[in-house]
Amino acid sequence: MKRLLILGGGTAGTMVANRLVRELDMNEWHITVVDQDEIHYYQPGFLFIPFGTYGKADVMRPKRDFLPREVEVIISEVRLIEPEKNLVHLVKENRTLRYDYLIIATGSRIAPEETPGLMEEEWRKSIFDFYTPDGAVALHRFLRTWRGGRLVVNVAEMPIKCPVAPLEFLFLADAYFHDRGMRDRVEIVYATPLSGAFTKPIASQQLGDLLEQKNIQLITDFNIAGVDVDKKAIVSYDDQRVEFDLLVSIPTNMGSEVIARSGMGDDLNFVPTDKHTLKARDYDNIFVLGDATNLPSSKAGSVAHFQVDVFIENFLRYIDGLELLPTFDGHANCFIESGHGKGFLIDFNYDVEPLPGMFPMPGIGPFSLLRESRINHWGKMMFRWVYWHILLKGREMPIPAQMSMAGKWQR
Amino acid sequence: MATKELNVSLDAEGFMTDPNQWTPEIAEAMAEEEGIAPLTERHWQVINWVRKEAARTGEFPSLRAISKRSGVDTKELYELFPKGPARKIARCAGYPKPKGCI
Repeated sequence: MKRLLILGGGTAGTMVANRLVRELDMNEWHITVVDQDEIHYYQPGFLFIPFGTYGKADVMRPKRDFLPREVEVIISEVRLIEPEKNLVHLVKENRTLRYDYLIIATGSRIAPEETPGLMEEEWRKSIFDFYTPDGAVALHRFLRTWRGGRLVVNVAEMPIKCPVAPLEFLFLADAYFHDRGMRDRVEIVYATPLSGAFTKPIASQQLGDLLEQKNIQLITDFNIAGVDVDKKAIVSYDDQRVEFDLLVSIPTNMGSEVIARSGMGDDLNFVPTDKHTLKARDYDNIFVLGDATNLPSSKAGSVAHFQVDVFIENFLRYIDGLELLPTFDGHANCFIESGHGKGFLIDFNYDVEPLPGMFPMPGIGPFSLLRESRINHWGKMMFRWVYWHILLKGREMPIPAQMSMAGKWQR
Repeated sequence: MATKELNVSLDAEGFMTDPNQWTPEIAEAMAEEEGIAPLTERHWQVINWVRKEAARTGEFPSLRAISKRSGVDTKELYELFPKGPARKIARCAGYPKPKGCI
């Protein structure tokens, strides 16, 4: 029996487990999935919790329901990976697992403790996150009775999971305050370390214009050094101060602690990974999928999905002794909620930035690219169903793994 | 001396495209254009560390990596290379523009 071990049963880990049991001969392979948490969270749903669109129960399901019956599932923290010895040590019952191949899908988490002042007295009083279910729920409670003031949304540091989420939060907040008849009593400010609204020029321009239309103030090149808790202000390394009544922080994102403990990560605990094959840079029997990589692609479920497609094909070659093909192109595909029942769709990869146009999708689409439309919003709302029933189960999605230029307008 | 007269290939934004063409004189010329000349011993500590690290890993290090391991912390990096230290360090060290992560 060959042993394949998957660390992490989140979006990437679950998808890859479902695909592997179908592609491998399960009489020859033993697959184990290890995760510390029994609950699978639909993370794209967290964004909607502060505004009351979803509750916590809408984004939670038991992990086991989405993992294939053929795999062994162990709920435990991972104590240490010893890549030179092909061993993984678990906390639970001090178990040690040996592997022939290891897939690291341990994801990323927010690390508010990295920014001084963030997690002190004002944490969850006037400072919130929406990247955790508890944070999103606490923010919902706060917003229900808030009478207005200065809302500051701040990204601490790049890279972050779902780089469009802060913009979506701003657009949804604008709509939420409008609907409650209090938009005139809320000042909305976006302080970002980037030089524009977004990372890529054309999308940055379009989304920046939308911020302006919605009367949201944009402060660029703002690198937070800490929070002045007494004065309720965020302070940058070059001593700019932005005062807030309500701070919604997207804290520093980091990979799992076990990556650091095992000496396998970079300065943010992300695992150095080959950009095009997804093999760990330093190990020949380890692959890295989803948010756990250090790749310059988005940390997002769509990216994990495209990675899994590419990985499966490559892994089947690899175990037959063939070389890996450099087939992962950094493809990402994201719906961006823009408020009032509308949304954007962007589709891009390592080399091609998000472009305007039409995105073809048999049966449902086309969706408009980089332009607001109602169908894009419905695409996003429908996606929760697609996520649980199609995406996680590793069933066929009508989007190719590699980005296509079809429908995109080039200048 | 202006960086254009140095006879090295630059991109549209004035970043070097080939780090192997770098010389200390180039760093001084870049610093001049960025308004941070003359380079002090602390600037050089950063530039030298970054060049060594980039050669070792094949990738330009993140600001976080620089502040953690070059011996110069973030606060000082912003004093030495104000307003966008990553971009100014990359120019002085002869590397292409650091890719904004997405």
